[in-house]
Amino acid sequence: MKVRVDVMLKTGVLDPQGEAVRHALGNLGFDGVEKVRQGKVIELDVAEGTTEDQIKDMCEKLLANTVIENYAIQVL
Amino acid sequence: MKAGVIVFPGSNCDRDLAVAFERAGADVTMIWHKETELPGDLDIVGVPGGFSFGDYLRCGAIAAQSPITKSLIRHTERGGYAIGICNGFQVLTETGILPGALMRNSNLKFICKPIGLKVETTENDFTAGYELGQEITVPVAHHDGNYNVTNEKLAQLRDEGRIAFTYTDNPNGSTGDIAGVISKNRRVLGMMPHPERCVDELHGGTDGVAMFRSLVDAVVAA
Repeated sequence: MKVRVDVMLKTGVLDPQGEAVRHALGNLGFDGVEKVRQGKVIELDVAEGTTEDQIKDMCEKLLANTVIENYAIQVL
Repeated sequence: MKAGVIVFPGSNCDRDLAVAFERAGADVTMIWHKETELPGDLDIVGVPGGFSFGDYLRCGAIAAQSPITKSLIRHTERGGYAIGICNGFQVLTETGILPGALMRNSNLKFICKPIGLKVETTENDFTAGYELGQEITVPVAHHDGNYNVTNEKLAQLRDEGRIAFTYTDNPNGSTGDIAGVISKNRRVLGMMPHPERCVDELHGGTDGVAMFRSLVDAVVAA
């Protein structure tokens, strides 16, 4: 079973990397890019029957730092 | 006075920290991260700088799940002393022993230089050897030292006098110019700058000496 976890900085937490990407896009002539947020995608291959609660637990304990990051779980 | 220094794969300031403790008069034991128990007689545990586990996932995140970490958490819960420097500070925030999180520097650059710090509190055994408001120079060397806390938490840290050091010229975007914070019970310090890298004239400065000395004095007096 494949699971995809998206980890993004919480709204309101300044994202210096996203901001640098936004600037670089502007320099390339792409106008109108108002905001860029950069995150992580983590793909897991887990045993069949792994519950969403178990995956949540993985996110809370390791995959995301919930002080600054949110996560979203998608079973593929 | 017995100090322990935890060593993770990728730690690179472990021996410097051990030397700083030894110079201040402590007996030092190095502890490999796969150990499950800290030696029972330790007065203070040092979590050193470096790049534990290659900074994979997030700085300090994997080290925070190492076997030794549970014992470190119990040590701090019992009121034991601990200091986390640089990567060690990142490990202490990832374990939840200290609040906040350390993010990529706001200018996205690795910063490696001596830097000015202001002593914001002396009401703890780490900074008691300095004067309140004293400015000291300590090296920093990090890519992810941008300390992030919510405004509420920042207000709480200020109210409780838990900001140990601020930068005189914020290099990394840290909230409130914070360079180091202490725990509620004032027994755990986490800081990005490296006091263990300024304990000898040959280091180019000795402003870190007072920290290790006051810590050892406090433990010996207790």
